[in-house]
Amino acid sequence: MNDTPQARKLSLKENYALLTRGLDWAPSYQPKDEIFRTVAFEGIKIHDWDKWEDPFRLTMDAYWKYQGEKEKKLYAIIDAFQQNSGQFNVSDARYLQALKIFLTGVSPLEYASHRGFCILGREFPGVGPRIAAQMQAIDELRHAQTQIHAISQYNKYFTGLSEFPLMFDRTWYLSIPKSFFEDAITAGPFEFITAISFAFEYVLTNLVFMPWASGAAYNGDMSTVSFGFSAQSDEARHMTLGIEVIKFLLEQDPANVPIVQGWIDKWFWRGYRLLTLLATMMDYMLPKRVMSWSEAWEIYFEQNGGALFADLARYGIRMPKHWEVTVQEKGHVGHQLWCTFYQFRHAAGFPVWLPSDEEMDWLSAKYPDTFDRYYRPRYEHWREMEAQGKPFVNATLPQLCQVCQWPLLFTEPDDPTQIAYREETYLGEKFQCCSDGCRDIFRNEPEKYVHAHLPVHQIYQGNYFNPGVDPTAPDFNPLVEALKYMGIAPGVDGGDFATHIDAVNWERWTQRPANMAAPTATADALARSQAAERRSA
Amino acid sequence: MSVKAIRPDYHGDMKDSVDKFHGQQLLAIGWDQHLMYATPLCVPVPPQMPFGALVGQVLPALFGQHPQFAQIDWARVRWLRAGQPFEPDADASLADNGLAHKSVLRFRTPELAGLYGVGF
Repeated sequence: MNDTPQARKLSLKENYALLTRGLDWAPSYQPKDEIFRTVAFEGIKIHDWDKWEDPFRLTMDAYWKYQGEKEKKLYAIIDAFQQNSGQFNVSDARYLQALKIFLTGVSPLEYASHRGFCILGREFPGVGPRIAAQMQAIDELRHAQTQIHAISQYNKYFTGLSEFPLMFDRTWYLSIPKSFFEDAITAGPFEFITAISFAFEYVLTNLVFMPWASGAAYNGDMSTVSFGFSAQSDEARHMTLGIEVIKFLLEQDPANVPIVQGWIDKWFWRGYRLLTLLATMMDYMLPKRVMSWSEAWEIYFEQNGGALFADLARYGIRMPKHWEVTVQEKGHVGHQLWCTFYQFRHAAGFPVWLPSDEEMDWLSAKYPDTFDRYYRPRYEHWREMEAQGKPFVNATLPQLCQVCQWPLLFTEPDDPTQIAYREETYLGEKFQCCSDGCRDIFRNEPEKYVHAHLPVHQIYQGNYFNPGVDPTAPDFNPLVEALKYMGIAPGVDGGDFATHIDAVNWERWTQRPANMAAPTATADALARSQAAERRSA
Repeated sequence: MSVKAIRPDYHGDMKDSVDKFHGQQLLAIGWDQHLMYATPLCVPVPPQMPFGALVGQVLPALFGQHPQFAQIDWARVRWLRAGQPFEPDADASLADNGLAHKSVLRFRTPELAGLYGVGF
């Protein structure tokens, strides 16, 4: 019989204190700087790790209990969604294309973030931040898993989702999110946590979750809404961690201030460039729109971000460098990227469409200063070319930015008719950047960015085709083989939305238009191609 | 400034140095104020290619779909190399015209300033 007296149950505060202040030990076999070898090289000075205050004071048992309950609810909703064929209840088949970008481009970032926070959990000498990093590492892994599970139902019916890890590693436009996170993860631990917890999670992720979770709800995707809400409570914790990290670093030593400011400048710009993808999703890809990119940027960056940086001024921190450019660009970037996707649609993992009249009216109402003047004429011109049976396609690979890896698709901040070029020469070699923001990042660390993996350059080096393909064969087509290598089936995954297999299947299975803004587009396109086949037969 | 790294002498490899392109070099080409092509285009070209051959043989395949392309008077085109105006020699090679690996070549056609008055 066990007669050990039952231990008194600890309060949460006592429990957390024992976990983060009492659990560590002083090493005796090795000096501390041999054990924590990456904590000093960035130049950050920490005098007292115990000054770290985790506002949530999470303990393992609390974490397990709380997350376990959340996941039970989430999987109940996902099960119900699957049993009710919820994939057919979304607004239309264009919504699925936004989902493809999310699963191929964003969910792998959750996994990359998990890896990054595991590294921090190992590298930080202080126990408080180490525990916080471990908790976040588990969060990020859960997010990756729940997103994959929530979206997997769509994979049974629609194209472009099944090879998402391979696509993340290889597809040209996914090198943008991939390089963003790999840039952070290959920096030191303090730069990583400033980049991800502060610049990305605190300053910018509201822009991801707001249009994404509410966009999913608005378009009838209850499965995605559920993981959005499930992740949201973790995100709130991550954001609080982000601001806590910044204040801790700034309060520990005045020498940290300029280093942290440099990282804020860099990671704000990198995060902003990454979010161009979101600008296009909000303005063009959600069949039912929540708000425009321009409105979201005003609320979540100009107002909220402005207040945040006003608050940080007492530490000697100012607004991120080049933030004014983001305001100049907000009426342009989403349109410029959609124009880019349109002309490279044969090389995309999702089909692309031109906006309908009604959608162009929405865009001109949301962008009164820019849409009708600069962008409506493009879409009308391309629509006319489609009507003439000569749709516009850009068959040549684009020049990519050495830092953000977008094609050079952005115009000069003060001239929307002229592409911005920023050329650098380093050790006798030329490098091209898309903006002053990216050029500054290159100039600060050229040793790192000379090594960037740019898909276009890799294709031309002959590194982008599958094993077994013979590049000396007479019918070898490097561009077609590069698409296959990227996980894109030529003629299946990208191309025109109206004739895409997802659109055709959607109409067959649901008896509803694949494009609610152009209800006869798929039927008309199929009739045209059948007529053309009859003529040629 | 330079990168801070665990190893003080860290330097990444030059991932895209010219020796990796099988005798070709990369050239980015942009037609200013013609945003039907939303980005400058990147092509591999032999460095010995005469500039005139680039204009006569390569550019039409890249930009020929634009309705203004056929109207270009090539004698009046203004060229930019690394953002600066220059006078190319049509008979000389790309290399002899100062167009090195990963250079940007831009051209301007002021009489044909893109469609709809907005550089399309």
